Amino acid sequence: MMRLAATTLLLCACAFAGCKREQRVFDPGSSGSQIANGVAVNEVHAGGSVSIPEHGPYEESAYAVGEGKRLFSAFNCAGCHNHGGGGIGPALMDAKWIYGSHPEQIYSTIVQGRPNGMPSFAGKIPDYQVWELVAYVRSLSGQLPTDVAPGRSDEIQVKKAEQAKKKEHSPDQNPQKIQKGQP
Amino acid sequence: MITTTAIESTAELTEQERAQAARLDAVWSEPRGFWGWFKAVHHTTIGKRYAVTAFIFFLLAGLLAGGMRLQLAFPEAHVLSNDLYNQFFTMHGSTMMFLFAVPMMFEALSVYFVPLMVGTRNIAFPRLNAYSYYLYLFGGLMFYIAFLCNTGADRGWFSYVPLAGPDYGPGKRPDFWAQLITFTEVSGLAVAVETIVTVFKLRAPGMSLNRIPIFVWGQVVVAFMVIFSLPGVVLSSTMLLLDRTCNTQLFNPAVGGDVLLYQHLFWWFGHPEVYIIFIPGTAVISTIVTTFCRRHAFGYLVLVLSLVATGFMAFGLWVHHMFATGIPQIAESYFTAASMMIAIPTGAQIFCWIATMATGKVVLKTPMWWALGFFFTFIMGGMTGIFVASVPVDLQIHDTYFVVAHFHYVLIGGAVFPLFGAISYWFPKVTGRMLSETLGQITFWLFFVGFNITFFPMHLVGIRGMPRRVYTYPPNMGWTTLNQIESLGYVLLFIAVCVFLANVSRSLKTGSLAGPNPWKAGTLEWATTSPPPHYNFLHLPTVNGREALWDAAPNQPVVIGLDEDARSFLTTRTLDAEPEGRDEFPRPSIWPFLAAIATSIAFIGSIFTPWGITIGAIPVAITMIGWFWPERQPAERRRAREIWQSE
Amino acid sequence: MILVHVPGFPGNQTSLNPVGPGAERIEGEFALIFWITAIVYCLVLIALVVYVLRRRHSLNIMPEPMPTTPQSDRWAKVAVSGAMVVTVLLLFIMMIGSFVTGHALGNMNRETAYTIDVYGHQWWWEVHYPNDEPDKTVVTANEIHVPLGVPLRIHGTSRDVIHSFWAPNVQGKRDLMPGYETDVMMQIDQPGRWRGQCAEYCGEQHAHMSFYMVAEPGPQFQQWLSQQAASSVPPSTPQAVRGQQVFLGHACVMCHTVRGTPAGSRVGPDLTHVASRSTIAAGLLPNTIGNLGGWILNAQSIKPGCRMPPNHMTGSELQDLLAYLETLK
Repeated sequence: MMRLAATTLLLCACAFAGCKREQRVFDPGSSGSQIANGVAVNEVHAGGSVSIPEHGPYEESAYAVGEGKRLFSAFNCAGCHNHGGGGIGPALMDAKWIYGSHPEQIYSTIVQGRPNGMPSFAGKIPDYQVWELVAYVRSLSGQLPTDVAPGRSDEIQVKKAEQAKKKEHSPDQNPQKIQKGQP
Repeated sequence: MITTTAIESTAELTEQERAQAARLDAVWSEPRGFWGWFKAVHHTTIGKRYAVTAFIFFLLAGLLAGGMRLQLAFPEAHVLSNDLYNQFFTMHGSTMMFLFAVPMMFEALSVYFVPLMVGTRNIAFPRLNAYSYYLYLFGGLMFYIAFLCNTGADRGWFSYVPLAGPDYGPGKRPDFWAQLITFTEVSGLAVAVETIVTVFKLRAPGMSLNRIPIFVWGQVVVAFMVIFSLPGVVLSSTMLLLDRTCNTQLFNPAVGGDVLLYQHLFWWFGHPEVYIIFIPGTAVISTIVTTFCRRHAFGYLVLVLSLVATGFMAFGLWVHHMFATGIPQIAESYFTAASMMIAIPTGAQIFCWIATMATGKVVLKTPMWWALGFFFTFIMGGMTGIFVASVPVDLQIHDTYFVVAHFHYVLIGGAVFPLFGAISYWFPKVTGRMLSETLGQITFWLFFVGFNITFFPMHLVGIRGMPRRVYTYPPNMGWTTLNQIESLGYVLLFIAVCVFLANVSRSLKTGSLAGPNPWKAGTLEWATTSPPPHYNFLHLPTVNGREALWDAAPNQPVVIGLDEDARSFLTTRTLDAEPEGRDEFPRPSIWPFLAAIATSIAFIGSIFTPWGITIGAIPVAITMIGWFWPERQPAERRRAREIWQSE
Repeated sequence: MILVHVPGFPGNQTSLNPVGPGAERIEGEFALIFWITAIVYCLVLIALVVYVLRRRHSLNIMPEPMPTTPQSDRWAKVAVSGAMVVTVLLLFIMMIGSFVTGHALGNMNRETAYTIDVYGHQWWWEVHYPNDEPDKTVVTANEIHVPLGVPLRIHGTSRDVIHSFWAPNVQGKRDLMPGYETDVMMQIDQPGRWRGQCAEYCGEQHAHMSFYMVAEPGPQFQQWLSQQAASSVPPSTPQAVRGQQVFLGHACVMCHTVRGTPAGSRVGPDLTHVASRSTIAAGLLPNTIGNLGGWILNAQSIKPGCRMPPNHMTGSELQDLLAYLETLK
């Protein structure tokens, strides 16, 4: 009896862990495939509340992150950011995030564009593909678990595989302590 | 008092013999209780476990095939999504090849029957045998638990790069496939070593090389093939794992890696693999034909040399799986020639068997029906093999359903038919009860007809242009009707297997008692009770001819003088089987099981991190130390009795 | 071959309906092997059945094992040896036949063959017609027009995983592998649209990766080629003009090229002359307005896992877009 219970528990644990990583969503449904136009990065809304598009389990799905990697080359992000080391655009594999490293912040950067050369992709990429790109970009700085992040690519190697990248901690993840009594 | 090798029944045992049996039983009995199950080291116990486990995997793979046939019954069907279908066909192929065919045809049959047929008390290296079984079981469990977690392998049973590589195979699915290889191949290599040592050193006195049963010859040839071919796939799967987890560039074309290297390494193993599956089938057919034609097999020398020749030639064919890759013409010619020439030893065996039937008395019981079915089915597969051996023709039928038909005819014909024959032949020996002859014949006919309905149309649909590994097909290609016929044929196969299972379960409880030798066969496993006791033979036999029981002299001597307070066995010389020395088998032990657990943790850990092997090696080392820790009492006893090999 | 004349036997995508010398030679070897192996199979099995019936023992008990006599074994030795000699002979015949066929296929190699470059993608075929004059180079997808009766060289490789280029009516298959460039010679002597399909498992949509080889007489082919080389004509009707705006304003430009517009991405098939193709989605759907509309709106529901995302747009936007795409002949 004990054996059966223990085995079932172990199986459930595996099932839970494996399910998300191996999820492959080919058709994201009508909400996911809406063309990306923007998402709020805080909870303050003028007027009524805005429905936030579902960004699904992209960071937990190896397939989705792999798609993000493919789109990173396909949409020529590499043209400015190279393969994470930066060039015309800033590096994406370091701890420095000009506009924040949270998924919603990266999403906004891609969709809205940014000063000094980051184009806006609003109206050009469906929502779910932006989230896949977001997941991949975060993997460049080692934010994703090893079993989800992509392995080495079938190209000339210019960096370690994303799964081997040490996790970079961006400044907003280590906020400075406020001293008592100081303004 | 000298008793003969042919024992009729336990009722004829004298008082002295009963006492001897009791002494042997005390020493050789398998441990009882829950933990006792994990300590077992006798070859019949482990052999039965291999057979049952392999058969369960056969059923699982058969169910997967049912899913595939349902999806393919209608064009553009939505029974299985494309992702699920890709997992299904990969799991089906990998299960059949790695978890059923080799473990059943080679490991189960070899582990159970080779020690009995050569007349010894246990297989060489019994604890390694137990360890190999647990590794096989854990590997299979890992593979299927992964499948249940949506991590089933989905890149084909051969898992080519770059599709299975880090760039195009996201997640962990190909990694679980690669480690399945590791588990099953370590297991296979272990049994290969045990088989070779058992056959070369533990034969009954008088069983010179030219008196070894053909079945045993087959398993020895296969054992050597396993040792030489498995490293190819171990290499290719490990290199794949390294590329996926350790940033190596072995198969990265952009920096000098080569995708064809993977194919060469895989098929260096992959071609001998199918002969590893097929040769035990021929070994079984030789046995069944001998017994059911009531005469020594015609052409013993030819049969044995054909087995050896097939074993050698199998290593020269592997590029025929790669004819479409654009190899130079000279290489094409060589591999076409070799692929066609391997039909020569196989043809020789077939003609010898037919000659045996033509000059014997053919008894048509269930095992012989399965043997006849083998002829119809395997020879058809052999004929279509000539089509695929020819490069120009292969360039049209490679990767189409024609090839699917071909290999199912040779594998089901060449292994599954002999397997069902072997089961109906040896079920009485293993369980002590006879299977129902009526249900056996029903099973055979359902299976034979169902098989042909399912797989023959695949030749046609392949010539009509249907490629392999497609989860669906367009409606107006002329493939629909043929696919539907194939899917209906599956139903017959399913029913056949159900009838078979019903036969087995019923016979286990109420089948008629078999006695030691219900078929009046000639090999040594029939010289003991059914099922055999844990010491195999009350008296270790000696041998006077190729069929030990048929050729036994009126007063065929037995082996005496081995100590009965330890698990003693006799070693004999390799060529002429003259007695040479003695030794002691180890007693039951928990360490093989623990070592298998530690090894599994190391293997499965390495799927997720390269440190898995490094850190995982520590528990493995600990369990190995426990395993090999010397025991004082047995060591002193051996020294006292001056037990060492070869004077 | 008999099979071709069986009613209902399709003529397309089968090696038994050869339309060129490559497939023809192969079919010859196929027929040789077929007849020899069929006859051998029947003879062996008839022998088996005859002997089993003749030597069958009917009593229910197992008879005692027979001693083997030199007599019985002598004629068996002769029979088996004879059978082995015949086997070796027949194998040699089939093997020589295979070598002769292979040699003939090798001899199709011509310095002056017309070269077409094929690149395998997941899950479509990129086709280039190279030309010494760069402005005459043609880039298209999935539909390969070829001149009739002319030696062709398909020069291929893959842009991702291993694929296999296979048009059975024309020639045997050749794997397209990353890191390898391969050449396979073909020739088509019968006009028509000859279907081919990828024959090496290449992922989620391997089942739907087909192409057509369209063989037409020389002048017709040249006309097609120069039309394909031309840039797209600017749209003239208001609806088509709106449609072009939809094309340029939506996600389409991220992956597709239409020469003559700013759209220049090489991720997906070149659409400059998409309306001239008879199928879309790598041979999966006939190129009709309805199919094209459905494909654009949600390719994932037709070919799940393919690289084309669903595209949301209003009904009128879709109609305009389709009207524009129709002009891309």
